[in-house]
Amino acid sequence: MDQSDETFDRVMALIEPFNKKGVAVTAATRFQQDLEWDSLTVLDFVASIEDEFDIIITMNMQAEIETVGQLVDAVRGLTEK
Amino acid sequence: MTDLFSKFDPLIEQRETLLSTGLTDPFNLVMERVESPTVAICNGRRTILLGTYNYMGMTFDADVIAAGKKALDEFGSGTTGSRVLNGTYAGHRAVEQALKDFYAMDHAMVFSTGYQANLGIISTIAGKDDYVVLDIDSHASIYDGCALGNAQIVAFRHNDIEALEKRLKRIPEGAGKLVVLEGVYSMLGDVAPLKEMVAVSKANGAMVLVDEAHSMGFIGEHGRGVAEAQGVIDQVDFIIGTFSKSVGTVGGFCVSNHPKFEILRLVCRPYVFTASLPPSVVATAATSIRKLMETTDKRAHLWENSKRLHAGLRQLGFTLGTSEPQSAIIAVIMPDLEMGAAMWEALLKEGLYVNLARPPATPAGMTLLRCSLCAEHSGDQVDEILAMFGAAGRATGCI
Repeated sequence: MDQSDETFDRVMALIEPFNKKGVAVTAATRFQQDLEWDSLTVLDFVASIEDEFDIIITMNMQAEIETVGQLVDAVRGLTEK
Repeated sequence: MTDLFSKFDPLIEQRETLLSTGLTDPFNLVMERVESPTVAICNGRRTILLGTYNYMGMTFDADVIAAGKKALDEFGSGTTGSRVLNGTYAGHRAVEQALKDFYAMDHAMVFSTGYQANLGIISTIAGKDDYVVLDIDSHASIYDGCALGNAQIVAFRHNDIEALEKRLKRIPEGAGKLVVLEGVYSMLGDVAPLKEMVAVSKANGAMVLVDEAHSMGFIGEHGRGVAEAQGVIDQVDFIIGTFSKSVGTVGGFCVSNHPKFEILRLVCRPYVFTASLPPSVVATAATSIRKLMETTDKRAHLWENSKRLHAGLRQLGFTLGTSEPQSAIIAVIMPDLEMGAAMWEALLKEGLYVNLARPPATPAGMTLLRCSLCAEHSGDQVDEILAMFGAAGRATGCI
């Protein structure tokens, strides 16, 4: 599935500085298992997404988000409101 | 059949690996006898206690013990009931009055543990469309309070005022907001910038709850905690506290000036659906709280101990959680769990008990040797403690 749009590109750009393991990131990439981010990295990354899009991604929402694609969908939903 | 326990396999394996080296299990220590707030017998050996929350050393106070014995004789061993049914005795009212006097607040509600106080207050006052904004390093009881309720949960970076403000400003107009902070964060022993954080919270229309579990009795002019020390206690809506630290027994509480506070007694499930504290416990707590109002000398000595231990450990070459002593907790940062466990065991063999703290309790995956001081530690004991740290550090190659 082609997910590329402006939101996807902006999210991908924000993942890069946290992608210390140099994983090839796609929409299917999982934050915990593939990128192996710990809770502090997740917090900082979420903060950077929140600042970029001026949104709040609550911990309730974060619990449902496993992959990059799901995050992009969530950001789209929050910015359309 | 799927074994429901298979999810624990990685932890079981990690423990087995660690213990197969012959190491004493740091999470299975038994205190065979307790001599005083600062000394116990562990494995037949006299051990200095530097890993309790007995900050003010009230557990062996003669008046406290006498009050407990009297209540045990007069009211029996337990209430066998909920606070809202048959579980409120004169002693429960008396300890709530002692709390109101201690904090100079209108309302006090006593829970069976401090954990339940956070669980109950947070889950009850923050409803489905409300927002709870909390520090990422919050205690498990705060997170569990969030999990028990169904509010929207937003975390911000530890002690980051700007991060808190940004999140508050993004919350939808009209939504209820509860900011949850701690006075002293118990892992590293650092203090929150409550003055700024409470101001930012109030400017953005949020109610504020501060957990002062690790500051009661010795921080602030009247020992009311960090919010008092930083001059913002009047703007804090709810203070959560515990009897299991400075007060020296068990139980939790919330104090508040909110005019509708008393309704919580009927709607707060962790208050309603559990048995109330035994009469002896509330009697010891009330006596201890009243004594904590007049303990200026002990407070000063506790601070002296904290400064002395902090400076001494630093001089020995240990890495500490804070650059200066901010509370009665001094956290020694270990490079990893293996070294932490080895140091912990070496200290125990020297005759010193500290807390080995590890993830998920600790921030950023750290392993800590957490030292908490008591007002009853003598200056000589602190020197003895430093000598033991020196010996254990050299024996394990930690320093």
